[in-house]
Parts: sequence; structure tokens; C-alpha cells
Amino acid sequence: MKFISIGFLIFLAAVFLAYYLIPKKYRWIELLAASYVFYCFAGIKYIGFILVTTLSTYFVAKLLEYMSDRADAYVESHRDEMSKDERKEYRSKQKKKRFLLLCIGLVFNFGILAALKYTPLAETAYISGFLSLIGISFYMFQTMGYLIDVYRSKTVAEKNVAKFALFVSFFPQLVQGPISRYGDLAPQLFEGHDFDIHNVSFGIQRIIWGFFKKLVIADRVAVAVVAMKNSPDEFYGLSVLVLIIFYSINIYADFTGGMDIAIGVGETLGIKMTENFKRPFFSKSTKEYWNRWHITMGSWFTDYVFYPLSVCTPMRSVSKKCRELLGNNLGKRIPMYIATVLTWLLTGVWHGSGLNFIVWGLLNGVIILVSEELSPLYKRFHNRFPRLGSSAPYVSFMMFRTFFIMGIIRILDVYRDVGLTFRMWGSVLVSPNPSVLFNGGLLGFSLGTADYMILAVGVILMFAVSVIRERSGKDIRELLENKTVLCSFIFTALIAVTVIFGAYGNGYDANQFIYNQF
Amino acid sequence: MDKLIEILKDLHDDVDFESTEGLIDDGILDSLDIVTLITEIDSEFGVVIPPEEIVPENFNSAQAIMALINRIDED
Repeated sequence: MKFISIGFLIFLAAVFLAYYLIPKKYRWIELLAASYVFYCFAGIKYIGFILVTTLSTYFVAKLLEYMSDRADAYVESHRDEMSKDERKEYRSKQKKKRFLLLCIGLVFNFGILAALKYTPLAETAYISGFLSLIGISFYMFQTMGYLIDVYRSKTVAEKNVAKFALFVSFFPQLVQGPISRYGDLAPQLFEGHDFDIHNVSFGIQRIIWGFFKKLVIADRVAVAVVAMKNSPDEFYGLSVLVLIIFYSINIYADFTGGMDIAIGVGETLGIKMTENFKRPFFSKSTKEYWNRWHITMGSWFTDYVFYPLSVCTPMRSVSKKCRELLGNNLGKRIPMYIATVLTWLLTGVWHGSGLNFIVWGLLNGVIILVSEELSPLYKRFHNRFPRLGSSAPYVSFMMFRTFFIMGIIRILDVYRDVGLTFRMWGSVLVSPNPSVLFNGGLLGFSLGTADYMILAVGVILMFAVSVIRERSGKDIRELLENKTVLCSFIFTALIAVTVIFGAYGNGYDANQFIYNQF
Repeated sequence: MDKLIEILKDLHDDVDFESTEGLIDDGILDSLDIVTLITEIDSEFGVVIPPEEIVPENFNSAQAIMALINRIDED
């Protein structure tokens, strides 16, 4: 089932009514049923995929916990007889066994993901139909995060397989996340929430805002993005800068719009899901940007890839060798360099197997490392000009710079051809072709002047909401909460604008979200 | 403790690590700093910090980091 459909709104209303009508202790069962219904709308024939991941992870996690408890009990009961070294050796042996089991669970499930996403299977109508509706990598990453947490004894393995199935399949996050942690999400899913008008109205407002961003902004500007991508011979030079801005607006409105719908649905049910964005275009550095954009993916890779890679035995050996060869100062930083590049390489591969995704990932890693290495230089510069760093023009410059750096590498995702993308970047300097900005060329596709005006108003609105949040630290819904008339007017107007000016019909594809494909 | 403070000072010489708390919560140390710090702890103290111990509460202050080092060494 697609979020952007009348069917989804009807489904949502039914889930909502049923949730608050049935007794509290059974509400999680209703959520489980609703999630499987939502999943099965993609096709009941695909149910095996989620069931296999759910059951395999459930049993591996239980076994991991059993082995860990048994090892702890053994050490406790033999504490007096064992020396410190013997205890360490025993624990290390047991840990190796558990690690092997964890690897089996991870390889099996990521193997399914890899087979579906990166082999010729992905091209078949059977699998592509599934992947276009369900974001398999999102629920897979969430589930594997749980498995690693159980291995690390950070989470207690869920006893009830049906409850665990709900954690894996909770329907608002099946399309494009957020990738929640078991400890944050599961207790909320299993607890029956009281009807709270505040949560319900905030949730509905957020869903409306998500629809507005997706239909009025993202899908409208997407028309221009696709047209420019398809005609690189016509739209080169300075129009590549326009494409960078358009695609940034497109992907931001699309992805955050989808998140607003997912998180808003959770709110109406009293479930607070993890925020995935914190106004990323206000970031002053690439590192800050990645703490604000797709936060749940970034923290997943940090906790489950970057840190383990940095401290693994081979990396420690590399570190020791590097210290001997390169000296302490540089040698101690080598694990950080290697782990950063490898983590970003894997982040790129997560997005897709194409070379463009790999180059995109590596460029992110390199930019982060270069800015990290230049930080002493920045510090000296700011010590020399202490008032500059906090001045509005300089802060704006840093935000603008970060926006463009991220936007420039992001268009690798638009062209999906590394050579072409590099040529298009080069064309900005080599053959700027400024006339395309003024000769009406940008109006050549099915976006007219009125569309651009709607787009401009939509972007200004989206920007204003972000500025208010950034400056006041408060959600605009909180600021409007006691202004009932104004609030009702704004959200009624948003619904009307979305219905009237939503980009659907011929030439538009309001069907799915960009991030769903990853 | 002095050795640890020295390592931390190498990362950020402008921070008073003896009294500062919230090193992670306030964004003073980021993931890149943590990895460099862990590499240094391995080299200077001979203590390997496993990934499951890399959580904010273990790295929010110099005292918490020292307690972590002692705990792992003791285990």
C-alpha cells in the first residue's frame, strides 16, 4: 500500500478507530495485524521474506542470550576457583562462539537483502514489484541492529515472538524508516496508549504537513529534475547548479515528507518514533550535516559498523604498525581514516550497487576526513579572527558552502552515471551556457510559471517552519497550540492547497518516495 | 588519570577535561575523536575497549572513561 493514496488514508482511519476501541492490552495485537495487512498489500506472496527474517532473528537472539546467561552463571559459580586470566580466557572463548552465531544470523539476513537488491533477481518483475512498495533494507537494518544489541547484552531478547514480529513490521516505518532501536520503539508498541487529543491532533497535523511537502513541493520539482537529467545536452553549465538546488529541494521534501507521515501516524497512536532529520540545510559542516540528515541510518552505521571496524583486531595491528612506521601522531589516526572510508563505502553500497553510489559514499568519507584534518587550521584562523566565526555572514557562508558541497555530490544519484556527472560538474566551469537560465529553457518541460510560483511559496513556507524551529527550539505546532482559530485555519488551508495544487495526474508520479528504493 | 587527561588534551587542547562533563552529550567529542581515543587507550593502557562499551555514559567525562578502563582491566 502506498502512503500517498486514498486507500492508505482509509486504512489509517480504520487502524486508528480500532486501536482506541479495543482494550488496551490487546492494542499491540491490532498493530501487528495492521502491519501485516499493510505489508500484504504489496502482495501476500512476499510474506515469506519478512517471516524468515523475523523468525531467524528471534531464535538467534534467544540463543545468544541463553549462551551469554550460561557463561555468566558459570563464571559466577566458579569465581573462587578461577584466576582473573582464566576468567578472561573463558569469557573470550564464549564470546567467540556467540560472535560466530551472530555472524550466521547477520550473513543469512543480509544475504537475503543482498540477493534481492544486488543480483539480477532485483530486475525481475516479481522482486522489483516488492521493492517498489516495501523498504526491505529499513526493516532489515532495524532487525539486525536488535540482533547486535542482544549479542552485546544491551537489549534483553524479546520472549514473545508475536511482539517481536510487530517490532520488525510496524507499518509506518516499512516504507522508508526511520530505523528505530528496539529499546526506544518496542516498549511503546507493546504498551496500549490512552487516547490523547494532543497526540492525535499533533499527529494529524504532521501527516498533513508531510502530504503537503510530498505532493506540492517534492513531486512538482521532481518533474524539472527528471527533465534536466534526461537532457544533459540541453541542461549543462549553470543549469547544473539549478539542478543541484532543485534536487536538494526534491529529495528533502520527499524524504522528510515521508518521515512526517510515518512519525505523524505514530503520534496519533501515542507512539513517538525517532526523528530522522534536524534541519540539515542549516549545517555548517559536512560532519554536522550527517548528524542532521537521515540520522537513524547514520547512527546505525556509526554504532554497528564504524566502531566495531575501528577496534577490531586487524585494525589494532594496522594501528601498531602505522605507529612504528609513521610515528605516533599520524599512526594513531590511521584506524579512524580506514574505518571512516570503509563505513562510507558501505553506506554508499547500502544505497545501491551502482558505481555512482560507491563514488558518492567515498566522496562523503573523503570530505569528512579532509575537513577533520583541516580543523587545526580552522582553529588557528578563528583564534586570529575571534568575532568572525559567530558573525551572521560567515555562518551563512558556511551553511551555503555545506549545502552546495552536499548538493554537488548528491547529483551522482540523479545522473546515476559517474562519468556523466563529472562532465556535468565540469561544464559549470568550462561551458557555463548562462542563456539557458534566461531563454525560457527551464520552462520547457511541463512546469509552467504558475508551478514555479507554487513551488516558491511552498519552499518559503518549508524554510520558514525550519527557521522558527531552529531559532526558537520549538515545534511550530507547539507555538500554534493555544491559537485554535489560527491553527485550524492554517491546517485547513494546507489540506486545501495540497488537494488543489498537489502534483498528481499526467506527468507526475506521486506514487512512491525516493528513499523507498534504497 | 594524568595519562588519560594528556591523551584527551591531544584531541582538544582547549577543553578542561578534569572538570568537564557531557563530553558526548554536548558534542565536544565526536565519533572520530572516540576512535582516536580508543586507539590511544589501547596503546597506553593496554586495554581494548569493545564496541558494546562505546556508549555516551562511558565517555561523557574523563572520570567515566577512567572508570571504564579500570572496569575492563578488572574483568
